[in-house]
Amino acid sequence: MADLVKLTIDGKPVQAPPGTLVIDAAKTAGMEIPAFCYYEGLTLQAACRMCLVEVEKMPKLMTACTLPVAEGMVVRTETPEVAAARKYMLEFLLTNHPLDCPVCDKGGECELQDMTFRYGVGESRYTEEKVHTPEKQYSPVVFFDAPRCILCYRCVRICNEGLGVGALGVVYRGVGSEIAPNKGDHLECDECGACIDICPVGALTSGIYRYKTRPWEMTHVATICAHCADGCRTTLGTRNNQIIRGNNRDRSGVNGEFLCIKGRYAFDFYDHPERLQAPLMRVDGKLEEVSWARALEAVAQKFNGTLAAGGSFGVIGSNHTTNEENYYLQKFAREVLKTNNIDHHRTGDVAALLDALSGKEAALATAADLYQRKAILILGADLALEHPLLSFQARANYRHHQAHLYAVTPGPVREDKYSVVSIRVGGPAAKVGGDLGVIPGRDVGAVTTGPGAAPVGGPGVVPNPNAGAPSAPGPRWAPVTGPGIATGDPSGFCHPHNVEAGPGDYFAALEHLRERLKAEPELVIVFDDSFKGQDIKRLVEYADSLGIPVKYICLVDYSNSRGALDMALTPEFLPGYQPSGQPGMRVDEMLAAKLDVLWVVGANPCKAPGAGDRGPGFVVVQDMFLTETAKLADVVLPAACAYEKNGTVTNVTGEVQRLKCAVGAMGAKPDLEIMGFIAREMGVAAALGPWLPDLVLEEIRATVRGYDVPAPALAFGAAQTRPVNGRPSSETRPELVRSEHNGLFDSGTLGRYSRVLNSVLEKRLSR
Amino acid sequence: MTFSPQLEARFEKLLKSYPPGRQRSALVPMLLYAQDEVGSMTDELIDEVAQRVGVTPLQVNEVLSYYSMLHRKPMGKYHVQICTNISCLLNDGDKLWEHACKRLGIGNKEVTPDGQVSLEEVECMGACSWAPAIQVNYDFHHFITPEKLDQLLDSLTKKQ
Amino acid sequence: MLYNEPSPLETKVLSRRFGAPNSASIDTYLADQGYQAFRKAAGMKPEEIIEQVKISNLRGRGGAGFPTGMKWSFVPRTSPKPKYIVVNGDESEPGTCKDRVLIENDPHQLIEGVLIAGLAVDAHAGYVYIRGEYRYLIEVMEKAIGEAYAKGWLGKNIQGTGFDFDLYAHSGAGAYECGEESALLESLEGKRGIPRIRPPFPAVVGAFQCPTVLNNVETYCAVPAIIRDGGAAFAALGVPKAGGTKMTCLTGNINKPGVYELRLGFPVAQMIEEVGGGIPRGRRLKAMIPGGSSCPVLTAKECEGATMDYDSMSARKTMLGSGGVIVMDDQTCMVKALMRIIRFYAHESCGWCIPCREGTTWLRKILVRFHEGGGTRSDIDLIGDIGKNMLGRTFCPLGDAAAMPTISFVEKFREEFEDHLAGKPCPYEHADHGIEVLSLSR
Repeated sequence: MADLVKLTIDGKPVQAPPGTLVIDAAKTAGMEIPAFCYYEGLTLQAACRMCLVEVEKMPKLMTACTLPVAEGMVVRTETPEVAAARKYMLEFLLTNHPLDCPVCDKGGECELQDMTFRYGVGESRYTEEKVHTPEKQYSPVVFFDAPRCILCYRCVRICNEGLGVGALGVVYRGVGSEIAPNKGDHLECDECGACIDICPVGALTSGIYRYKTRPWEMTHVATICAHCADGCRTTLGTRNNQIIRGNNRDRSGVNGEFLCIKGRYAFDFYDHPERLQAPLMRVDGKLEEVSWARALEAVAQKFNGTLAAGGSFGVIGSNHTTNEENYYLQKFAREVLKTNNIDHHRTGDVAALLDALSGKEAALATAADLYQRKAILILGADLALEHPLLSFQARANYRHHQAHLYAVTPGPVREDKYSVVSIRVGGPAAKVGGDLGVIPGRDVGAVTTGPGAAPVGGPGVVPNPNAGAPSAPGPRWAPVTGPGIATGDPSGFCHPHNVEAGPGDYFAALEHLRERLKAEPELVIVFDDSFKGQDIKRLVEYADSLGIPVKYICLVDYSNSRGALDMALTPEFLPGYQPSGQPGMRVDEMLAAKLDVLWVVGANPCKAPGAGDRGPGFVVVQDMFLTETAKLADVVLPAACAYEKNGTVTNVTGEVQRLKCAVGAMGAKPDLEIMGFIAREMGVAAALGPWLPDLVLEEIRATVRGYDVPAPALAFGAAQTRPVNGRPSSETRPELVRSEHNGLFDSGTLGRYSRVLNSVLEKRLSR
Repeated sequence: MTFSPQLEARFEKLLKSYPPGRQRSALVPMLLYAQDEVGSMTDELIDEVAQRVGVTPLQVNEVLSYYSMLHRKPMGKYHVQICTNISCLLNDGDKLWEHACKRLGIGNKEVTPDGQVSLEEVECMGACSWAPAIQVNYDFHHFITPEKLDQLLDSLTKKQ
Repeated sequence: MLYNEPSPLETKVLSRRFGAPNSASIDTYLADQGYQAFRKAAGMKPEEIIEQVKISNLRGRGGAGFPTGMKWSFVPRTSPKPKYIVVNGDESEPGTCKDRVLIENDPHQLIEGVLIAGLAVDAHAGYVYIRGEYRYLIEVMEKAIGEAYAKGWLGKNIQGTGFDFDLYAHSGAGAYECGEESALLESLEGKRGIPRIRPPFPAVVGAFQCPTVLNNVETYCAVPAIIRDGGAAFAALGVPKAGGTKMTCLTGNINKPGVYELRLGFPVAQMIEEVGGGIPRGRRLKAMIPGGSSCPVLTAKECEGATMDYDSMSARKTMLGSGGVIVMDDQTCMVKALMRIIRFYAHESCGWCIPCREGTTWLRKILVRFHEGGGTRSDIDLIGDIGKNMLGRTFCPLGDAAAMPTISFVEKFREEFEDHLAGKPCPYEHADHGIEVLSLSR
């Protein structure tokens, strides 16, 4: 480690890599230098002046947040002058602060309080009138109380740099400076609430949490968001069996502190008034509340009766239920109900990817890879809306490591602003796969009606916004060439520069892309359901032809979509992508067939209009709500939601994480427990084994390929599964794969029951 | 939004004055010149300029609210700016200011009811050696006494 | 035009063409050795140009007084990035009005200085940033630039030298802070005038992220003379370690206010009495701020023996600054003067950092109250203390600019603050100012 710079901080020898800031070097060495505006990962401000330190040979105090370490540097952080600087900085800060701590949401976890307690003075010499402006509501989620604001600009930066949205700015100047939203009096943004969480004081507060509790009254439970497949850890603050807030301030999980509106606020479906709290049974054609005992007995009798009569079963599983539940369900179906009619709504063709990757090692990317790898190719998806964490990771990678981003998408995407090349493919998302597949060798035989023949407004390359005036000369179409090759400067987000003249036509743009990719040292390819089956195979061949190491992420929609595939809620496979060797019906076939029993666990396959024709069979539904499917059921068993149970889920990148029960369910039961009770009622429980999540997980770890993840890794973090070690060698069914492409404010059926998702203006503005 | 040919020509010249991809550099002068023609920073103007230089309206708002010469509300046809900073103060700029307020019956950044004259107490305008100084729109007037101010205001109001 | 009669005591180097008919036109300039320094510089190596500027002992005329030649030598000439020359014409320091007359009377001298700087650092484009209030100077500058293009002193292959240079005038829109060099660059890039974190300094990362030479108008204006007559001749006009002349603005209580070009080291007493014609109405000097309102104030006693140069002022714990001399007579209320100065800095604070944003406003509130008669004894110490708590701890020099007068006013004129507490009449409010104030009481 000869490269380390040696310096002294408070007499203690410290070593740090060149370029390290003194504030970080001190932190690593266990010394805290206070700061408000310094925030790891965001641009430097040097605005709060709290981190002033004494440095030998420097004439005045220096900000530790902007000072890189230097060989032989002698830093002192606790001298009388430094202490005085901190003390009076806080005195300055508090001159216009309202000091309304007793009623402030932040009271108790406020950085200004903590700093004042530790470094400040007990009394203020300030006797003048304070600047006051009334509190403003920017959105259902975001409230702003300007007098409390200390202007650390964290909110502005997290929104502009972290999210790439730039919805917050600073207006006016001097003591009148104020944080302002992008639409004059309100915000139009992702409504992610990152600005609120990052606020060191109570200036930005959340409409969901404000005035609900004092922070110390809450219990905190770190679990996994119930919505999309990114698998963000959200720490739920609960009190009296209620969830009061969600955040992830301890930066645990695959997401660090990142959360979108869903992870931070859309837990609220859990106490939606329409939550089912008692089992329902069809009596005289109508669903009526019954006891658990009666409902379970009815289900067990029907299952046993149908088995005895040699009747037919169909089982539809969920994208949301835990791995343990999915594993138990498929085992139940296959071993007890003796059926291979088991399926779920497939949202990404993971099986085809695994098939195409046969024989390759370490070809599946993690969420961390998107932050670390040198280049990322995004195919099809509008990542910022559909997979906000993955988008956040790629953006942070661009900012911190100048990673090169490439986007080939049907419509404009946020990545355009900082990608090296953005290419628009026309028509439906499905075109992406076909078009890119054409590139190697220009094998266009079957695709003559494809991109080349595209109608006006179809495939094309993005009009270059840098061309300036519309009359600017040059090709009508040119790839957007952002500052991705430049500095990672976040100002580039809204103002690309370093324009390269790009190829003027679509095929040439794709060829240009290919040449650029070949020059990259490595690549992560993120693709959505516009690639499935053979397209994925061709994509992998395309990537192989680049001659660089490539990792993949096959996008799937929901919190455990990946786990549902891994646990084989499909007729083609057994858990771990072992071929089942048995025929079995898919979702549509089960709905169409006249099965004697249809058992739907946490899914809503009948939500499409017209799917409401109920067959003659007996329908059992486990769900939180009376969905379209549940309304058709003979028995509805109220299920606990993700925040009311334990278990594991596997995210889009195949990383397994633990769900932890945050609140108790009123009347409902976790699906695993419901299934266990049914088994017990049927008298088959022993054959299926115990239905405790941890014990089922043990079985999964022992038996499912790729899931032999180390237990300690699961205790606190995420562990990526390694499912590929040979061909899955089974038929995949690409035509069944269909992503719902939920945006930021949609979340399938579940999203309907979140008040916050439905309250924001942007929900109505979005597609 | 349409502007006069002169302003359009000014914009075109400005947008070509900076390196490629740096059109944003034209923002501050564009806003000032546009204000001269439009009268104030209207929402429409903000959106238009934002679009022309390739930034968001919020970014324009951040910028315009920073600069003291840019106003969200219209000033008078004759915007009388009186410096009361130290060199002018030592030559009774403050008394000149009070005189102007009394004479016009308006205060800082206010406009006479007929919209003709507005007043602003400004910071140093770079006329310290010829104090007290005022600016009417962009025109400097040096060594101003209350009498001279009266005469000036009279001539302005007569001009209309 | 000229706003004041020249003084025979001036040393006219930069202002030599002032007062000539059509002094701003390129013909006048060319007729008086105009652009000959550029021709000479075009035949010199860049290092030689910088060497002459170093020899001239030219120091930045905007206020900080950094040696210009050294500043230019920091530009990485071999950087593949384009380099820029930026002129700081955001003259806003109270008491200062010199750049205005330099541009108004002789814009081509500035252009020539910029061109020579361009030769020195291999820059091919420049911007003259002029404060928005000086609209008429933008027009002067644009006219001069147009003339220079028309006569081949700007543009491609200037006068066959093979040197290309484009120059643009750029208007500010009202912000003192944009006079700070990195804030000026932000403003030039269409942003709020918030200073940048330094290092990197503009010489390495300046305009548009490229190496940039950024100097005051007067600094560039001195360059043609330096190249024409040699750095040593320029240096000889001044004092050791600071060469040449200084455009000096006499303002405040003075009989012949105006902008005068005085050699560095000019005696303060002579400047006030002879150049400035002394103090009106037979009053006596109470205090003087030597270089714009941000400099610590000097008492009349401290002015004795002082000369207008960096070292003499530094020995008196103040600064030569921008050359904006503010003369205060014995009837000046120092509380009011400080109050007005602080009002300015509170108004102009960009708001970026805590001590400046909150400190200037706090000071303003106390001083307004204090001057109105609502002060307490503890306020006096508090005022000084707030200044000390800002000094050296703010993000940019604006905080210091507010702190330095504050600390010096309280230290040197404490009895005037105490007099306000004692209910003594404010001297200023009762003085005869020679103008009609009766209208106020009607």
